[in-house]
Amino acid sequence: MSNLWKISGEGRSAVYLPGLDVPETAIPEKIKRKEEPNLPEVAELDLVRHYTNLSRKNFSIDTHFYPLGSCTMKYNPKVNEVTASLPGFRNAHPYQSDKLSQGAIELLYNLQDQLTAISGFEATSLQPAAGAQGELTGILMIRAYHEEKGELETRRKILIPDSAHGTNPATAAMAGFKAVEIPSDSHGNIDLVALKSECDETLAGIMITNPNTLGLFEENILEVIGAVHDCGGLVYGDGANFNAIMGIVKPGELGFDVMHYNIHKTFTGPHGGGGPGAGPVSAGVKLKDYLPGPVAVKDNDGFHLRQPVKTIGRMKLFYGNFGILVRGYTYISMLGAEGLKDVTENAVLNANYMKALVADKYPAAYDRGCMHEFVCRGDIAEGIHTLDIAKRLIDYGFHPPTIYFPLIVPEAMMIEPTETESRETIEAFAAALNAIADEAVNAPELLHNAPKSTSLKRLDEAGAVKNPVLRY
Amino acid sequence: MNIDKNAKYNTTHEWVREEGDLLVYGISDYAQEKIGEVVFVELPEEEEFQKGDSFSVVESVKSANDLYIPVSGEVVEVNEALEDDPDLVNSDAFGDGWICKIKPSDKSELDELLSAADYEKLISELE
Amino acid sequence: MSFISNMKKDRDIMLKKIGINSVEDLFKDVPADKRFPEVKMVPPLSEPEILLELSKLSAKNASAECYDWFLGGGIYNHFVPSVISAITSRGEFLTAYTPYQPEVSQGTLEAIFEYQTMISELTGMEVVNASHYDGATALAEAAIMSVRSTRKRNKVVIAPGLHPEYLEVIKTYFQGLDIELSTGDIDDKTAGYIVQNPTFTGEIIDVNAEAQKAHDQGALLIVHTDPMALGVLEAPGNCGADIVTAEGQCLGVGMNFGGPCLGIFATTAKHIRKMPGRIIGETIDECGSKGCVLTFAAREQHIRREKATSNICSNQGLAALSAAIYLAAVGKSGFRKVAELCWHKAHYAAEEIGKIDGYSVATKGNFFKEFLIKTPVPAEEIFAKLQDKYIMAGLPLSRFKDGKADEMLICVTEINSRKQIDHLVSALKEVAL
Repeated sequence: MSNLWKISGEGRSAVYLPGLDVPETAIPEKIKRKEEPNLPEVAELDLVRHYTNLSRKNFSIDTHFYPLGSCTMKYNPKVNEVTASLPGFRNAHPYQSDKLSQGAIELLYNLQDQLTAISGFEATSLQPAAGAQGELTGILMIRAYHEEKGELETRRKILIPDSAHGTNPATAAMAGFKAVEIPSDSHGNIDLVALKSECDETLAGIMITNPNTLGLFEENILEVIGAVHDCGGLVYGDGANFNAIMGIVKPGELGFDVMHYNIHKTFTGPHGGGGPGAGPVSAGVKLKDYLPGPVAVKDNDGFHLRQPVKTIGRMKLFYGNFGILVRGYTYISMLGAEGLKDVTENAVLNANYMKALVADKYPAAYDRGCMHEFVCRGDIAEGIHTLDIAKRLIDYGFHPPTIYFPLIVPEAMMIEPTETESRETIEAFAAALNAIADEAVNAPELLHNAPKSTSLKRLDEAGAVKNPVLRY
Repeated sequence: MNIDKNAKYNTTHEWVREEGDLLVYGISDYAQEKIGEVVFVELPEEEEFQKGDSFSVVESVKSANDLYIPVSGEVVEVNEALEDDPDLVNSDAFGDGWICKIKPSDKSELDELLSAADYEKLISELE
Repeated sequence: MSFISNMKKDRDIMLKKIGINSVEDLFKDVPADKRFPEVKMVPPLSEPEILLELSKLSAKNASAECYDWFLGGGIYNHFVPSVISAITSRGEFLTAYTPYQPEVSQGTLEAIFEYQTMISELTGMEVVNASHYDGATALAEAAIMSVRSTRKRNKVVIAPGLHPEYLEVIKTYFQGLDIELSTGDIDDKTAGYIVQNPTFTGEIIDVNAEAQKAHDQGALLIVHTDPMALGVLEAPGNCGADIVTAEGQCLGVGMNFGGPCLGIFATTAKHIRKMPGRIIGETIDECGSKGCVLTFAAREQHIRREKATSNICSNQGLAALSAAIYLAAVGKSGFRKVAELCWHKAHYAAEEIGKIDGYSVATKGNFFKEFLIKTPVPAEEIFAKLQDKYIMAGLPLSRFKDGKADEMLICVTEINSRKQIDHLVSALKEVAL
């Protein structure tokens, strides 16, 4: 590993600062920092070389096929980068007054409307910063609803399918609820009998991902939602898989009470190596007044930012990850309703095609048509694990799919091609998977020793915990 | 697969051995094999635990496993060797990989645990 | 225009392989009467059309390059070096995912490892995570962490001087939890004691003394700071802080109408297992070569689920990268220079404003980059009038619940020239007449 300190030289800098043009005021010794922080000292050329060469060590959507299930690694259009950098967006301050922010607030207002329209809800808040924060928002709103009705003391349970993303139970705990796991049945649906046994007056609500993390549409969705509503509970939708249902069905019409979106998945917010994201939340009639804010509203005299009537409060400062929201708005505006439906149809078609191409060597975990992703197993031969398949795919020039998730399928591999991949790319990936299946039988050491093609081989993750080195 | 015939077992794979007035706890060989390489063991503070309380966490790279106290009591000693060598749990689950010693508050709870033979049966059913 | 490559010909081949006749057949699991609903949206726009629409919306907003800027209050107009966007816009950084497969993500991992190192240097803390959503949520999570780290205590005490909206965010996060929030004295039930330094109104406080107060009662000291201030002020880690949070937006992230921001979070090695957020560590591969990995994952939601330190998944990766590039670009001496420019310019501005009839500087003691003034006419009025002169004055505090009508928070950064400051002073004088 090269690092910035290794290439530093005393006195070097990459920024030319203005000189001091006002009289100096002495900094009292008592508060003055004794030792400067040891930051690098490099000129701009070395800085740029360092980071450019670092970037070339990454796989990315712009360079490689990235079929990570549940992450929706679709192409990030470059027009987004232009719109997000417009000076009235990039250099605007959230406190500069509504009067001088009409453009920004109008954008937020329009995006709120777009999301509400596609999902069939009543109102939207764009404030939550990411999916997990959107989840916490939804559960806190459900909590506020029960509190207002005087039922919070009794309603302490949140039901969560065993296939759920780890953020779901973590969220329930952060909101003070008890996460109760509901098993999935042999068809990959929520087990109705188990569900109904928990539907009583102690139920606050349920968190459902639909389609679920197995890539399957909940066949009994109306019955599930009905059972929860009948006992007074509310239904939260995890919108991570929203790419599978746009224009196909509206969660609001199915009976969901609140849902979050991942702008950085479905709506082309760039993943940025792990963030920033944006996790707006839409709500139906029962919960819309509890949305976090401020949200954008429209009056006779223009656009304003206002707190919803019974808001749960601020999830973070200001109005949301505006820079990411601009990108989502750009994308949705270019697609329109027809375009979004196109996206979903192609996403689901691509996933089913991929599934069919690898069906012989990697049968899907559930014998059903999948939605935008599917789950299969990687333990396809003696002594072979999913990790081996994943690492060998790197040698074929592909980023591995999601592995070891969902937890209910042992040795899981979750594959989501997305709609922006061509048929040829899908076929190439399927061919690689099938070739690896042959290698698994005939030359397994190729898998066990993978990846061979990267400058680093498999890394010692246990050692990283036992002997932590967390900075230079 | 080792089984310590002198120990009694919890259905959650903790073992208990009597050592004078005290009880020694650890996790079974079966458990350590399933967990994989142990990178950290959260040792309990010197305090009282009721049967069924979580008293420790055994961590691997990809998992964090709660341990549940088989017999109520007060922790009087912890295996500090695990701070530097957590993988003692892997190499010697019934010996040097012991986790803590307690002064039991109700020794009759021992009767509720599985014998070595019953535990052996349990894990063969799990396989 | 959906960024899709496959044409009808491709789709026909695919449908045939799957064994169905049409795309509609893929959705048979959806309840029939809810399938294919009408979605009412504005018709789609082409690329030139969306660029025009958004350019027009952008033009309706004030933006910092058109005003003499003295508005702060949590988001700041600091200089953003051009080199940052040149690097962060590279597809390999911009469109990469969370580095779960380390062999193909060393770019992201090493860059954030460098970020962790730099923030550790700034704050004087041993362990830094890979970022939270913003300073406020980082602080809320720090408060929760203090309760988790101290046995049998569930109270968090907040010192005066915290940004009022930060307090609101903490309250939101505490809604579902059994944690008491107090502005009273620290006692033996206190898990964490929060101080903001510099305070919301810019004052510099004695962190060592605050640390003493907290530690005397067995509580953890949480310091929320301004990273820029650490160019002149002592690192909180050297003053007894147990957890340090900050809003990192000022480190090259830009204002972006309030988001994305950068939640900086750091703690001592002792508390690492209670710390939320992703952490990157150094290790070696099978051949002994050094590399980086995400580590200590057993704290996080995807492993620990309901017992996780937090539900956080996505962080602010690209913003952390921007901050690292910023700190590397200004470098050791440049970072101090930027902080000193803010210091001297803010003190000059305070001095000059203090001389105007009817105005006074309310901030007592030392301050960094922001200070409170009392105005002879309502601050909101001044704010509105100065906008007509293309001056974005300081923040009127009447915006907040307990703020007074004659209070304004002036912010001066390295961007403000003497000419701009003098222009502000004369405009303030004029508007009071």
